[in-house]
Order: sequence, then structure tokens, then C-alpha cells
Amino acid sequence: MTPRRRRMVLVGLVLAGIVVSAALALRAFQLNLQYFFSPTQVAEGEVADARNFRLGGMVLEDSVVREEGSLTINFVVTDYLHSVPVEYTGVLPDLFQEGKGVVTLGRMDPSGRFVAEQVLAKHDENYMPPEVAEALEQAREREQL
Amino acid sequence: MIPELGQFALVLALCLGLSQAVLPLVGAHTGRRDLMALARPAAAGQFVFVVLAYIVLTQAFLADDFSVRYVAQNSNTELPVAYKFAAVWGGHEGSLLLWIMILAVWTLAVAAASRGQPAVFTSRVIGVLGIVSVGVLAFTLFTSNPFDRLIPSAVEGNDLNPLLQDPAMVAHPPMLYIGYVGLAVPFAFAVAALLSGRLDKDWARWTRPWAVIAWLFLTIGIALGSWWAYYELGWGGWWFWDPVENASFMPWLMGTALLHSLAVTERRGIFKSWTVLLAIAAFSLSLLGTFLVRSGVLISVHAFASDPTRGLFILMLLGLISGGALLLYAARARLMVAEGGFRLLSRESFLMANNILLVTATGAVLFGTLYPLFLDALGLGKISVGPPYFNLVFLLPMLPLALLLGAGMHAWWMKMKGVALVRKLAWPAGLAVAFGIALPLFLFGRTSFMTAIGVIAGFWVCGAALLDPLRRLLRPKQGMRLTRAHWGMVLAHCGVGIFILGATVTSAYNVETDRGVSPGDRWETGGYEFVFRGVRDVQGPNFDAVEGEVELLRNGEFVALLTPQKRVYRVQQSPMTEAAIDGRIHRDVFVALGDSLGGGAWSMRIQIKPLIRFIWYGCAIMALGGLLAATDRRYRRVPERARAGPAIEPGAVGEA
Repeated sequence: MTPRRRRMVLVGLVLAGIVVSAALALRAFQLNLQYFFSPTQVAEGEVADARNFRLGGMVLEDSVVREEGSLTINFVVTDYLHSVPVEYTGVLPDLFQEGKGVVTLGRMDPSGRFVAEQVLAKHDENYMPPEVAEALEQAREREQL
Repeated sequence: MIPELGQFALVLALCLGLSQAVLPLVGAHTGRRDLMALARPAAAGQFVFVVLAYIVLTQAFLADDFSVRYVAQNSNTELPVAYKFAAVWGGHEGSLLLWIMILAVWTLAVAAASRGQPAVFTSRVIGVLGIVSVGVLAFTLFTSNPFDRLIPSAVEGNDLNPLLQDPAMVAHPPMLYIGYVGLAVPFAFAVAALLSGRLDKDWARWTRPWAVIAWLFLTIGIALGSWWAYYELGWGGWWFWDPVENASFMPWLMGTALLHSLAVTERRGIFKSWTVLLAIAAFSLSLLGTFLVRSGVLISVHAFASDPTRGLFILMLLGLISGGALLLYAARARLMVAEGGFRLLSRESFLMANNILLVTATGAVLFGTLYPLFLDALGLGKISVGPPYFNLVFLLPMLPLALLLGAGMHAWWMKMKGVALVRKLAWPAGLAVAFGIALPLFLFGRTSFMTAIGVIAGFWVCGAALLDPLRRLLRPKQGMRLTRAHWGMVLAHCGVGIFILGATVTSAYNVETDRGVSPGDRWETGGYEFVFRGVRDVQGPNFDAVEGEVELLRNGEFVALLTPQKRVYRVQQSPMTEAAIDGRIHRDVFVALGDSLGGGAWSMRIQIKPLIRFIWYGCAIMALGGLLAATDRRYRRVPERARAGPAIEPGAVGEA
């Protein structure tokens, strides 16, 4: 092979590597996009497929029920227009409280319950996750219409 | 009255900053030595007033002056004194003041260390640093003044965020900021070089120690943050790909690329334009990090401020500083002439691959961090990008990087015979593969493809790094002398290898369970026995807590008593989990108290994390390597030319 040819092969290999990596990265990106939905969006069937998504809203007052002797806990996430029952098994983050904002990550099961794999912690007592604040705002507006 | 003094000092600092930004640059352009001579005094004056402002704010914290809004928001009479010092940078306004003070210190250091360099060049460097300083000072004074009064004054303060009341969190922001802000120095050197049209090996040699020192502080800062997140956020992870973490990680990646590119420019006089671009990019990412963290656009723990004017201001500043530098770069691109070439198999090629891979990784992380923000800004829905994406796009370029790293350290400049390289590295490569497969199987009884790759990469990097020192130790007669910079490289790369080992083994062999436990319960997790003795109430200076007692045993023998706490800080009434960790060099046992399940039972998270400390030891060793490299003799030597006579460069003044 002439040096020029060798160089071209090398450039070709590098380009092929870049294309493959970019394709892999984009695919990983697609697979790991997590959409955020409010209870109202869930109720209106905006959640298209069975993928994981983030459900956010307020933890409804007096809705937290713990199963006796287990780590499973049930509560209701609401935007005060619609509500979604949530089930979670595990240790809850510090700031999980009734009447406070919460974001959970998981998926809907066939019975219309949201099975959370993760309850996200926000470490500031007054802190309202921005998505939750906006979801509540939208729910309020629609109620007034 | 005293806080107004602080305010006044800041305004004076801004005025001095303006003269530091304008006069030396004008002087360098027109060749007026009197104006150039103003650079150092202006920088020193600015330093004095910034420090004065900082002391005033600290005094307000120590005196519990709740008529200052910032103090009322971030302190409390019950806050322990050590944390009052730290509370100065516990919020947005104060951390900006810290940023400015650190920039003033860097500027002063540059002014002091650059006596041997041409005055034209130094005045430009100090001038550019002045521009940055003016931008951030204006930002502080106009949008986030720490000395704003609260009228009427508060009776009691709101207390420091309990999460920040922790020793590692005290050190994390200053370290990180020293690193962030330190990247302004290579940036200023690059812009000064573009202005003077003098991009040569000297410029690279002057820049290099600064870049290394900034990088090593950034390394320490990020490692401290990760360590803090590990034990204080309570849930045992050490890296979350949270946008705020990414914001500090991207400048680090770029800084790492910059160090390696600078090495080539210093030694060989090539890669110049690339090095300049990296210096601009690294500092721009630091500013972007400030924007991401400070504007509140991120959904994150760290975003205390959600004031859009601040975000807009920082964005404008970023546009001005980075955009200006890039424009200048475009205008001067033709000046960057390579002084030589290199063959395909040479150290230059390896370092080029290093740069390509690091920049690729930065790009992928940047994309995943910013894409959700763009989508949100355009009203196309709220999304977030999960950690698996980042893991993949980060590992994809990092694995080849680790493999190339081992070989690159032993490649010669200019050209090399492949045979020589293979002969030198065959042994370490073979040993790394053998140990990488056998050791995990022997110690943990199982391995996987990815785990084996990771462990091999770790051994390979360490082994290749230690090859030269070992050969020297074994054959002291014929070995070459190793410079301090070489030792620095060896150590830093060893740190990388140790980090890779820690990260791989921890994620592969981590044992983690959540369970409900009652007093007297005895159970086994990951080869250890645990006995839960129950909980009791304890009191801290500004919190009340429930403390659990868990006995840790191995083969029936007592190892440690773990006391995880669930705290409630009195002022903010916020609960906090304080995990208990029995940390040994080879593993951590981590226990965190969850919620009361009633009847004395508690939920508990138990984790056993082998080699997790290697992650932070690795970072510390990297930083130590950086320290050695930055203090090498050749950076302390005054260059011949500067000593010989007046330091005016031909062609440096009035470049057309």
C-alpha cells in the first residue's frame, strides 16, 4: 500500500468508528429519555407506551398507607384535578411528606396504578420541583375554565 | 454600618477592576510602558478590597447580623462557629463573592510569578483577568448583592441548609471554585497570546503549571463533592450524572485535554490552535457551569436561586467572554503555524487520540445535560436524561482512552518503531490481563465481561505508569533519571488506574438491600452479620435525632458498632439522614436509617461496597501527581531571554 492509501484507510476507519459510536450514543439517548407527566396528563391518556416516565405532583394528604411489616408503601399523587395511586417498595427519601411535592420514576401497571422504582429526593423544605409547580399551575388554570 | 463598608469595598474593587481591565491592554497595544506598569498595582488593589468585602461578610456571619438579608437566610445563632465561616459561601451571593476573591488571588499569583516574562505579555494576561473580574463583580453588585439589608431586621436567622453542615461540604465549594476560576488563567494566557500573535513554546511553558494547578484543585473539588454525596445524601451512590455534577465535570474533562495538548505544544510547537481552543472551551464551560448551577434552570439540589435576570446576565457574560475570545481566535488563526510534524506512531499521535476522546466525552455529556433545557425552553415537553445514557457515552470513549494511555506514556516524540513499543509493554499487558481476569474470580467468585475489561484497564494503566520507576529501581545503573514532572505523570496516571479499579469493582460487586428490622433482629448481608439493637433519642447543637445502633460482625466476631441517625434540624424542621459507615481500605459497610415502621421497627438500607475508597484515593493521587508536575524545575527557571535584557518582543507590539 502506498502511504497515501494507508492514510485513507486509516481515515476511513476513524470515520467508521465515529459513525458507530454516534449511532450507539443516540440510541442510548433515545432509550434513556424520561418524560415527565402530571396526573392530569396521565388521566387523559397522554402516556403513550409502557415506558418508564416521571410522575410528579403533590402527595395527597392522608393517603400514605404502609403495608404492615413490609417496606411497601402506597400513596396518591395529585395535581388536585386528577390523581394517580402509587406503590413503592423501599426506603423513602428524607423529604417525602404528605402535602409536599414529589417526583417519582416508574411505570403504570395494567390496573392503573403507578409502580415507582424511585422516589426522588429534593433537599430543601420549601423546594418545589419546577415541573410539579408548573403541573399544579396548569391544573388550576384548567379548573377555572 | 459595617456591611455598607463591604458594599463600598466591592464598588471600589469594581473600579480598580475596570482600570485593570482597560489600561494594561491599551498600554500593551500602544506600547506605553506607564500604562502597562499599572497592571500589577491595579490587581493588588482589587485584591485588597475584595478581601476586605469578604472579611466584612464573614464578620456579619460571626456577629449574627440578621439585618443583612443574606446572613438572615443562611445562618442562625445556634449554628456552630465553624459552619458560620462556611456559611459565607453557603448561598448564591456569598459563593459569588468567594469566586471573585479566588480570582483576585489567582491574578495576584500570576502577577507575582510572571516577573520574568515580557511586560507586554503579562499586562495582557492581567488585563484579560481584569475583564473576567469586572464581569463577575458587576454581576454580584447588580443582581446578587450579599450586603443587601433586610428591613426590618430578622430576630433569628433561617439557618444554613442542613445538608451543607458537614466537613466535606465546607471544603468542597472552595476547592471546586479554585479549580473553576483557575481555568481563567490558561484562558487569559491564550487570549493574551492571540492578542500579541505570539503562540510559541514559551507561551505553552508559562501556561502549563497554571493549567495543572487549576486542574488539580478541580480534581480535589469534584472528588470531595462525590464523597460528600456518598455519605451525606444518604443513599450510597457516588456519582449521579446530576446536571450540577456534569457542570463541574465538563471543565475537568476539557482541562485534562488541555494539559495533554499543552504538553505537545510545549515540547514540539504543534497543536497550537487546538490548545488555544481548549483553553477557551475549558473556561467557557466553567462559566457555563456557573450559569447552570446559579440560574436555577436546573432541577437540582444546588440551585438555590431561581431568578431569570441572573441567568440572563451570566449568559450575556458568557457570550461576551467566550464569544469575544472565539472571534479573536478566528481573526488570528493564520498566526498559528506548526513548527514540526510527526509520524503516525509517536507520542503526539497518542496525545491527539487522548484529546479527541476527551472532547468527544465532553460533547456527549454536554448534549445530555443541555438537551432537556433546550426542549423545555422551546416548550416541547419536560424530559430528563437517565444515568444509563451518560454511563454509556462516557465509557465508550474512556475505554479506548485507558488502553491508549498505557502505551502513550512509553511512546517517543516524533516517531517510534512499533516493535520497540510492543516489546516494552508486552509484560505489563500480559500481567494486567491475567490479574484482571483471575483476581476478581479468586476474590469474589464471579466476573463478567465488562468487569474483566474494567479491572484489566485499571491494572494496565497502573502497571504501565509504574513501569519506568520499577525498571529504574531494579536496574539503577542503566535507568534514566526521572524528572519531577515525570514522577507527576506516573502518579497521576496511577491515580487514574486506581480510580478505574475502584469504580469497576464497586459497581460490579456492590451488595445493597432495603429491609425492615425490629430491635433484636439478626441477619446476614454480603458475608457480614448485623444485629439491630434499637434506637434512642440524641441531641445535637441545632438538631434532634433518632440514633439506631447496629452491631456489625464477621464470622461471629465483632467488627464495629454503627450508629446511623435520622436528624431533624430545629430551625428549618427538615429531616436528614446521616448514614453510618464502617470504612476500610478494601470495603465500606454503609447503613442508613429509613422510616419508622411502627412498634420499634425501622426500615434500613444496608450496603457493602468493595473498593469504593479507591475512587477518592485515585483522585487524591491524581491531584498529587499534578502538584509534582506543576512544581517541576523547568517551570521555576527564569528563561534566558528575559534575564538578558528588556523584555520587548519584536512583533509583539502593534500587531497588524
